Amino acid sequence: MSQTMQAAPSSDVSSAIDTPMLEIKGLLKQFGGLKAVKDFDLSIHQGELVGLIGPNGAGKTTVFNLITGIYVPTAGSIKYCNDSIAGLPPHEITQKGIARTFQNIRLFPNLTVLDNVRIAYHPHAGYGLFDAILHTGKYFQLEKELTERAQEFLAVFSLHDRQGEIAKNLPYGEQRRLEIARALAATPELLLLDEPAAGMNPGEVASLMDLIHFIREKFKLTILLIEHQMRVVMGICEWITVMDFGEVISRGDPEEIQNDPRVIEAYLGRGAAALSQRLREKRSDVA
Amino acid sequence: MKIRPQRTTIGFLVIAVLVIATIQVLINTQILSNFWATLLRIGAVMAIVSLGLNLIYGFNGQFSLGQWAFYAIGAYSAADVTFRWSTMNSASGVVILLFVTTFIGMSYLWIARLVRQVKGIDPLSAFAIYLVGTIFAGYLAVMIGKEVIDPATTFLASLPAGFAMQLVFVLAVLMAGVLAAEISYLFGLPILTLGSDYFGIATLGLTIIVKVLLDNSDTLLGFPEMKGARGMVGIPKLTSWLWVASFLVLVIIVTRNLLHSSAGRAIVAVREDEIASKAMGIDIAFQKTLTFVLGSFFAGLAGGLYAHINGFLHPNTFNFIKSFDPMIIIVFGGLGSVSGTVIASFTWALVLEGFLRLWLPDGFETWRFVVYPLLLLVMMLLRPQGLLGTFEFPFLKQILPKPLQSKIMADKTSSENSAIGG
Repeated sequence: MSQTMQAAPSSDVSSAIDTPMLEIKGLLKQFGGLKAVKDFDLSIHQGELVGLIGPNGAGKTTVFNLITGIYVPTAGSIKYCNDSIAGLPPHEITQKGIARTFQNIRLFPNLTVLDNVRIAYHPHAGYGLFDAILHTGKYFQLEKELTERAQEFLAVFSLHDRQGEIAKNLPYGEQRRLEIARALAATPELLLLDEPAAGMNPGEVASLMDLIHFIREKFKLTILLIEHQMRVVMGICEWITVMDFGEVISRGDPEEIQNDPRVIEAYLGRGAAALSQRLREKRSDVA
Repeated sequence: MKIRPQRTTIGFLVIAVLVIATIQVLINTQILSNFWATLLRIGAVMAIVSLGLNLIYGFNGQFSLGQWAFYAIGAYSAADVTFRWSTMNSASGVVILLFVTTFIGMSYLWIARLVRQVKGIDPLSAFAIYLVGTIFAGYLAVMIGKEVIDPATTFLASLPAGFAMQLVFVLAVLMAGVLAAEISYLFGLPILTLGSDYFGIATLGLTIIVKVLLDNSDTLLGFPEMKGARGMVGIPKLTSWLWVASFLVLVIIVTRNLLHSSAGRAIVAVREDEIASKAMGIDIAFQKTLTFVLGSFFAGLAGGLYAHINGFLHPNTFNFIKSFDPMIIIVFGGLGSVSGTVIASFTWALVLEGFLRLWLPDGFETWRFVVYPLLLLVMMLLRPQGLLGTFEFPFLKQILPKPLQSKIMADKTSSENSAIGG
């Protein structure tokens, strides 16, 4: 299938129309004999909201781990803003402007909500060890600014009245929100969300979708999202890439994906794919 | 911006000065006997070692049994410096150690800058480069230092005797800390990449190596005055209560200031979740090295102070079994609690060697090693989080700022009414 993700957002006028923000080519990750990801291509332009879906074990999270440097790719290139980031240590990749959340929430469980966010702001703290140990004026000033920034992030996620609470004591939905708040405190331009709606009830999912739209506007983010709940994916993603067994099997906008027999086959099996094909034909016959 | 010291900081300093002065008066008036004064000094020394270990294990999550090795290095190096001055009337110890620590430190800074330019260098190669640098810098330092010994000796001798002695002592203690920190940096390079349990075993190995080297210090290391396994005698007894208490206060302040900063939060983040810390842009290798080096620096300082309490050092004091003492203290006081560590250190020293020795009937003194483990057992059953848990005194506690209200909330609700549920 040809590269369909060419359209840049209409607001983007000049520069980066042709060069994608994130460009992955021929990515391969082998664990022993297992090819967890092979021949994976993806490009994301500034301002897009892209979905990455696929059945369990398809290699979606591995792709995230490769982008964020937790795994080193066996082969292939990952370019962020035209810089190769493949093989860089994770903290350097984050400092370049890519932040992520985790499938199974990974907060700093025994720290306060405020500290969780302040830690993510650490690379931007602006004062060094000597200022810290001597408690210089610079320390007091920058620490105050940093704390205010963190509190603003919390306020955006209506967690400001929870700031003193220990993170592991928060209810599940708030832990999810805190994790997104923490990722944003790392001041990314590209945000990777790994199954943000996992384990949420329909009400929470609806507010999560609003939240993703909201932060995308407010922080001018580009978002790549893994999700299982089709409601979320189809509802908010502009472009979707479908993976199965480590390979890309389809890409396109939500409409195209929904009608792609290979996607249906991957999710529901060959029989179901054939059935849905027949149903669709019948429907068009009737029409 | 004008800095107004926090109220709690002033409060802490006032209380610290009062407590230290009171104890000093009690010692001077002989109300506290020599026996108790020594135990208090040992308690303070243990507090410094344990604060270092609490940084490494309690705050950074690296299970280390190597604290005792750095304590031993600090003790022997500081003892050698003052011994050479007081008994041999030579400044060779001060001068050589000063040159060695400075040169090695400078070479590390230089090598670190070079290594940073090479991407993806593996820890063992880095270790090899640093090791070569250390040997070269050390050799150079000794060669140059030799030339300066005589003038330095005449200079020190020209000072008033008491003052010169105290000066040599303070320099010795500080340099002992620096030497321990440098050695910990060197050995931290390969072993800090290990996972927590493996790191524990590797550091235990370090403690054993140091103990064996000290057993043979007169032959293998070439310091006849250390007298190997016979034990080093004749170290001047210079560690007064005032010195040890001042060092303790400094260490507490440095620890607190570090922990209350962004760097301190990054250190704790590494303990909480390494992968999440990496994903938040924290260089976990740097944070681990930083805490390990700082913790070892404290251990070196404490060793230097300890050496001058009894005037006698024996390699058996630095046996690996004893390396569990600071570990017991920090678990007893509460992992990740500075107040708990300080209280537990004094409790440990006073109860184990003091009260138990006095309370147990005559002839049963050695039973304190039965009572003490039983106390620990009961304690762990009743309060697994340690004596104080994560409680901190007001000075050591981080004050949460007031939560944001009104303005931003108003902003947000007007711009995006339904964005956030919950």
